[in-house]
Amino acid sequence: MAGKMYVDVIVHHQADGKIKPLVIIWKNGVKYAIDKVTQVTLAASLKAGGAGVRYTCIIQGVSRYLFLEDDRWFIEKGD
Amino acid sequence: MERVILHCDLNSFYASVECLYNPSLRNVPMAVGGDIEKRHGIILAKNQPAKKYDIKTGEAIWQAMSKCPGLIVVPPRFSLYMRFSQKVRDIFSRYTDRIESFGIDEAWLDVTGSVHLFGDGKKIADEIRQTIRQELGITASVGVSFNKVFAKLGSDYKKPDATTVITRENMKDIVFPLPVSDLLYVGYATTKKLHRYGIYTIGDLANADLAFLKRRLGKWGEYIWIFANGEEHSPVLPQLYEPYVKSIGNSTTAPRDLTTWQDIGIITHVLAESVAARLRDHQFKCSTVTVYVRDNELEHFTRQCKLEYPTDISREIAQSAMRLFRENIDFSKPLRSIGIKASDLSVGSSAVQLSFFTDQALRERESAIDKAFDQVRQRFGFYRIQRGCMKSDTLLSGFNPKGEHVIFPEGYFKAGE
Repeated sequence: MAGKMYVDVIVHHQADGKIKPLVIIWKNGVKYAIDKVTQVTLAASLKAGGAGVRYTCIIQGVSRYLFLEDDRWFIEKGD
Repeated sequence: MERVILHCDLNSFYASVECLYNPSLRNVPMAVGGDIEKRHGIILAKNQPAKKYDIKTGEAIWQAMSKCPGLIVVPPRFSLYMRFSQKVRDIFSRYTDRIESFGIDEAWLDVTGSVHLFGDGKKIADEIRQTIRQELGITASVGVSFNKVFAKLGSDYKKPDATTVITRENMKDIVFPLPVSDLLYVGYATTKKLHRYGIYTIGDLANADLAFLKRRLGKWGEYIWIFANGEEHSPVLPQLYEPYVKSIGNSTTAPRDLTTWQDIGIITHVLAESVAARLRDHQFKCSTVTVYVRDNELEHFTRQCKLEYPTDISREIAQSAMRLFRENIDFSKPLRSIGIKASDLSVGSSAVQLSFFTDQALRERESAIDKAFDQVRQRFGFYRIQRGCMKSDTLLSGFNPKGEHVIFPEGYFKAGE
């Protein structure tokens, strides 16, 4: 079922105030490095149920959305 | 140059936010409602599937449940709605600084000065709708017109997620056939009067004889005639302008019926403390106190009195309210809710005429006590300091009207007319 999954994220807070997520840490401890962030925009997630800053991330060649909602990160759980 | 005014109305705002956060509610009838346990049981908003069951904003939860037994009612989360409301405002401010909020879920925007940057009113309206949908996952209806009243009619005209443009050319086709009650400030009582004179649509009103309306309805007759003819010119109040406060009030539906003077006294003190604290927050003093009483058969009345001096002292407000209650309540029916409102406000620092017959030193001491209350509550929390009488019934006194102040959507007031 589609839904919302909060995740741990290692983040680079840059001197200019920008925030760049580097690594997503899964519940089982597995780390997924974010190879590239291709887009940053304000967006709602109808799938997960929430709204915030949406980072389009390339992880192992696959594009995934990572959301920053206030001070928590979440991803959309697969169908 | 003709003005370009947008009125933006967030569709089923509270319900839409709840449905965004809980996808399983989206396709089933659901509503946001007050606390059933504590009997604040009215519907504040409902989603599209619930609308099919003719559920109305402002009706009691039990009424709504009888129309739709499967209705899911979730409690409101006002701080979340306030955050969304602010985010919507941020989107508006990309287009103009002339934004006037009307409740938490409606606003007027004057984009006259922005059309050369972003395109005409319809284009801006469509962009705003799209942005709200994409960034916040909720929808809005927007009316575009040359004055505020018609812009509001436009946003009501087609829902959800639609833009309606009302121009001088099409106003006779769009606006004139609408029922006269759709017009801003034409409430239940005015509608009934107008029907009596054979005025059923906004077009009827626009074509009515102005002198006749003035004779029958006074100056409001002239205002609504002007509204109906599209000749309303009031400005959209710019962003930093806070509408002037005319009164400050709190009311509550008690967790159990009120049957004794002690019950009334406890609630009165809680409400008076809250009203007085809010007056002090805004540096206001009030010269009139109004009380509101509703019994368990939902009949209600209000009574008011003038005060000798402008005040922000809890005890003085509580005393005036108690006097009004004592003069007007006989407990023939148990009471369900009561309220206190302070009005006739003046700025707190303005000079006050002293009197020989008042103990001014006592007033100053009471004022100091109130300020000490404020400081303790600010530092340590609301329930850290209370009057002794509150302890005699903690069920009745266990609420914080100042902190838990309920913000009703505009629809609530419409339904209440």
